[in-house]
Amino acid sequence: MPGETRLSVRNLRKSFGTHEVLKGISMDAQDGDVISVLGASGSGKSTFLRCINLLETPSGGEVWVDGEQIRMLHGRSGSRPASRAQVDHIRSELGMVFQGFNLWSHMTILQNVIEGPVHVLKRPKAECIAEAEELLAKVGIADKRHAYPAHLSGGQQQRAAIARSLAMKPKVMLFDEPTSALDPELVGEVLRVMRALAEEGMTMLVVTHEMSFARNVSNRVVFMRDGIIDSSGAPEDMFGAGASPAFRQFIGHFGNPQ
Amino acid sequence: MTLFELLGLGGKGWGAFLLLATATTLAVTATALAIGAVAGAAIAAAKLSGSVPLRLIGHVYTTVFRGVPELLIIYLIYFGGSSGLTAVGRWLGYDGFLGLPSFAAGALAVGIISGAYQAEVFRGAFHAIPRGELEAAMAIGMPRRLRFRRIIVPQVLRFAIPGLGNVWQLSLKDSALVSVTGLVELMRASQIASGSTRQYFLFYIVGGALYLILTSLSDRVFNTAERRANRSMSASTIGGA
Repeated sequence: MPGETRLSVRNLRKSFGTHEVLKGISMDAQDGDVISVLGASGSGKSTFLRCINLLETPSGGEVWVDGEQIRMLHGRSGSRPASRAQVDHIRSELGMVFQGFNLWSHMTILQNVIEGPVHVLKRPKAECIAEAEELLAKVGIADKRHAYPAHLSGGQQQRAAIARSLAMKPKVMLFDEPTSALDPELVGEVLRVMRALAEEGMTMLVVTHEMSFARNVSNRVVFMRDGIIDSSGAPEDMFGAGASPAFRQFIGHFGNPQ
Repeated sequence: MTLFELLGLGGKGWGAFLLLATATTLAVTATALAIGAVAGAAIAAAKLSGSVPLRLIGHVYTTVFRGVPELLIIYLIYFGGSSGLTAVGRWLGYDGFLGLPSFAAGALAVGIISGAYQAEVFRGAFHAIPRGELEAAMAIGMPRRLRFRRIIVPQVLRFAIPGLGNVWQLSLKDSALVSVTGLVELMRASQIASGSTRQYFLFYIVGGALYLILTSLSDRVFNTAERRANRSMSASTIGGA
């Protein structure tokens, strides 16, 4: 339902050795929010995303997914999740799309898409196949369902990866620079799929360098700098008169987005 | 006797004897490879684990069994095993010498050595799995066991095939050393045949040829397996239905 908090992050911290990458990040995503996370490389935006589903273990702070807090143990030797089973459960509710697609290369596209629903959610296979075929049609690669990932273009692989995440019926989708590894002519097909998802009301957190997506599709823009949130707000404000000096300088490198 | 009679399958010919010995060689090697697969998988897992003692055990195993002559291992298992068995027999009230069956001892010895090489093959294969694919499995919520079964094992097997082909050839040749225990495999059979007939050239060349036939046939098997396992990676089946 709109207005419900799907994702809540409180004072999230992450250090690699003595280097503090995240210095206390707080953010909420309501149902249907599409939040673009922008920032220069090294600003911590990918680490932030990876801490949400514990691909990186946060050093401190809280992550809540749909009202459930990920329980962490913080000891002298570092932090770790209190329950692996809870982490697996939370992860199954968070879709993640990677910069490098990361499709399983020994499985066909259809097998990639049904793998999670069949083996993680333990749903009937026939039902999962029917849904997977719908999803593949939706992202425009139904004809590739029996091909292996290596036989697809980058844009097709990324659309398949999105379908694989969607098959889990996630509560929030995390995108980690989903178009950064693509040839320029393939970026558009992936962005179109993401835009369609946003319009359907999917809650999305998108780390990206695509200024046009941030400005035209997302309803909130978060600008990270040196492990903190420098500024955030509606795209009209962020890209308009309300921009912070640092953000103004940052988008200056990209030219004026349309 | 003519060449034909010497190698004939019936009568005074040695053909059937040599073919049976070839089958024994194949059986010893196959058993050794299976034993080595179990040992190798366990040792590879130990070497890849986060536990320091386990990693040390794995390291010691691969260092020892790759670094000591195969023949010594075979002697160690066969005679060491037999004297152990004899001691157990004496304790149970049996006074005679109890020998370990030469097939079992030989297969075990070659298997242990093969395990050291297979461990390295499996470890290399594990490292060949793209990290991102493992992350994708975690991100979708796969528990560790499921990740192992669905993502890691199939890919390790695929990447391990060429290396396993090499280990198979090594083990096939190591199996010749098992002849010292008296097991009549191809090496021992060539010795017996050539000694009995004084046709040393003939029977050692025939024995060598039979080894070559075994290795080249198994090479084909492994090549086919590799091609099949990699069909998802090759560009030759684009769009495949």
